[in-house]
Amino acid sequence: MTPKERMAIPPQEMPQQDPKVRAHNMNEVALGYTAEMAKTEASRCLNCPTKPCMQGCPVAVNIPGFLEKAAAGDFAGALAVIRETSLLPAVCGRVCPQEKQCQKFCTMGKMLKDVDKAVAIGRVERFVADLARNTGAETPVACAPKTGKRVAVIGSGPASITCAADCAKAGHDVTVFEAFHKCGGVLVYGIPEFRLPKEIVRKEIDGLKSLGVKIETNFVVGRTRKLKDLMAKDGFDAVFVGTGAGLPKFMGIEGENLNGVFSANEYLTRANLMKAYLEDQAATPFWHGKKVAVLGGGNVAMDASRMALRLGAEKVYLVYRRSEAEMPARREEVLHAKEEGVEFHMLENAKRVLGDDKGFVTGLECLKYELGEPDASGRRSPVAIKGSEFTLDVDTVIVAVGNASNPLIPATTDGLEINKRGNIVVNPDTNMTSIPGVFAGGDIVLGAATVILAMGEGRRAAAGINVYLAAK
Amino acid sequence: MRLMNRIISKKQLSENVFRMELEAPLIAEERKPGQFVILMIDEDLGERIPLTIGDADPVRGTITIIFQTVGATTMKLSRMNVGDTLPAVLGPLGRPTDIRGLNGEKPGHVICVGGGIGVAPMHPIAQALKAAGNKVTIIMGARNVGLFVMKEEMEKIAGENLILVTDDGSSGRKGLVTDPLKELCEQGGVDEVITIGPPIMMKFCALATKPYGVKTVASLNTIMIDGTGMCGGCRVSVGGETKFVCVDGPEFDAHLVDWDMMLKRMGAFKPQEQRAKEHVCKAGIF
Repeated sequence: MTPKERMAIPPQEMPQQDPKVRAHNMNEVALGYTAEMAKTEASRCLNCPTKPCMQGCPVAVNIPGFLEKAAAGDFAGALAVIRETSLLPAVCGRVCPQEKQCQKFCTMGKMLKDVDKAVAIGRVERFVADLARNTGAETPVACAPKTGKRVAVIGSGPASITCAADCAKAGHDVTVFEAFHKCGGVLVYGIPEFRLPKEIVRKEIDGLKSLGVKIETNFVVGRTRKLKDLMAKDGFDAVFVGTGAGLPKFMGIEGENLNGVFSANEYLTRANLMKAYLEDQAATPFWHGKKVAVLGGGNVAMDASRMALRLGAEKVYLVYRRSEAEMPARREEVLHAKEEGVEFHMLENAKRVLGDDKGFVTGLECLKYELGEPDASGRRSPVAIKGSEFTLDVDTVIVAVGNASNPLIPATTDGLEINKRGNIVVNPDTNMTSIPGVFAGGDIVLGAATVILAMGEGRRAAAGINVYLAAK
Repeated sequence: MRLMNRIISKKQLSENVFRMELEAPLIAEERKPGQFVILMIDEDLGERIPLTIGDADPVRGTITIIFQTVGATTMKLSRMNVGDTLPAVLGPLGRPTDIRGLNGEKPGHVICVGGGIGVAPMHPIAQALKAAGNKVTIIMGARNVGLFVMKEEMEKIAGENLILVTDDGSSGRKGLVTDPLKELCEQGGVDEVITIGPPIMMKFCALATKPYGVKTVASLNTIMIDGTGMCGGCRVSVGGETKFVCVDGPEFDAHLVDWDMMLKRMGAFKPQEQRAKEHVCKAGIF
């Protein structure tokens, strides 16, 4: 095909559930391409010599390589190319902010002057991964001969899953320690079922088990066992810390401790992990929010607001102090939220939460904002407009303004260097921390970031561990 | 997969109070006085509940919990038997108690005030205080004599410095724990008070000691979900700052805790909890 012919191929729309229907069920919203659609979309790739898409990918997946195979209908071959670099294509295809990464630099998108018309790299990746999972076509991976060395992996989110897999493939004896009763970290307590089916996460964990990785749930390193004791007493030769960014930030406003104010973590954990929405079956109490305000503009705020709709809210207001253009959330989540009926209140911010004498939320007092000079992040600073107070009639407020790194491991491990934000400091090439044999990666190092960055960290740390153990 | 936590022994101490010894070798080894566990009786649809660790035996590899049947999950737990396993027991959680005499402060006179089953978590704390060279006075309060737990164990530690108080006078003094507490503070020579029990009791203990300027520590028992500091469900206000009971506590300066806010937050899910209890009763499970 000539470039002109490729340009003429229409971008393949992602089939999705109708917004009015899906706002009341937990099923996945984006239904996935068919094989024909995947082939067609992959054929739009121009195979440019400079491969700008790869520069946009945080782990430099060989994108033109896998698209070429997919275009020829060789989906197994496409998956094999992806797996040279990425261990979690079913997850990343769904949750990566492609519009800021690979697709942002796609030449086709630039030629058509619309990033939404770039080659839908993520959607093809997702198709290829889903096909293999659904047909059971995954080929088992061979592990290197046993080294006799033991690796402890703390946490079971994307960074840890990746690190554990790579260490197991190198022949080490790996044990994953997870504080919760279910594995997956933010993939399982944070990202809702309608965006990332938990069956996919379970398959990834099963994949780890088939590599011989042992999993210990209900085990919180730092309390059940000190990190250093894992090495000194339990015989682990190396440790990877992947405990993530699960410490919720609150706004520090008046009324934030009223009944009905939740961190997004609590709201989502009750709903996702504890299945509180199965009111008659699940034991965890369910909060009936009829009118909900969600504070924030990132993916967590989108997840919380869309979850609130599904849990029966009549009104969900998204309150964000900048404008929509500045929202850090993934574009598709913003569009989906709007379609489902979340009301966007941009350039507004919470001033204080109002409550009754029994301590329950009765409303949210807000201020209107305008954008001023750019701040350190380059985004224009939100500035409150004096005297613009008004009240939103709500019974629930969900605070989704960010998460900081989990403090438990640094607090219980002497000599582990952290920066002023509480992130663990690591060598950028090996991901080793200030303690020999102890490595770290993912949100605990980067601060709250993305699944694909966490995966990249996990791979680099595993490589660092493998080098370290070979030299021991 | 590791062995699940088997119930090694079970004893009913009073109408609604049960003691269970659970197999939990790692927790038994690491645990310090003041810490708690989060457990689930069903990992798919169950809820996570915090229970204080009453005792631990690292040699046997067991921990002891003493709990009251206050809701659906504790009710179902009380119906489990020796040999049954709990799928999830996470711990030891929370910061250990700061034991006077071991923390840089000279040993002195410490009063431990335990209300109801608050005496169970108080037991290891009182033991540690005594071992660190403190004079330990224990005030135990209950509505009536039938509701006292671990009386013999506390007598072993405090001897003649054990004061029993009941609402109805069926044992010891008639009245409230704050009565002897105020008297002792008035006498002087009290260096610290530790109080564990119903929030309203802890609140009034704090009010009682405040005029005397006696350092008073309370162990809070808020609603919890994860227990590892990632959700904020257990948050309280201490000295005007928001703290998480599961990781910053469970013990805090009782004079700085906003008790009214804590009590209100503990009522956030009352209707749901009530419905769940009724469901368990009606279904004949309890």
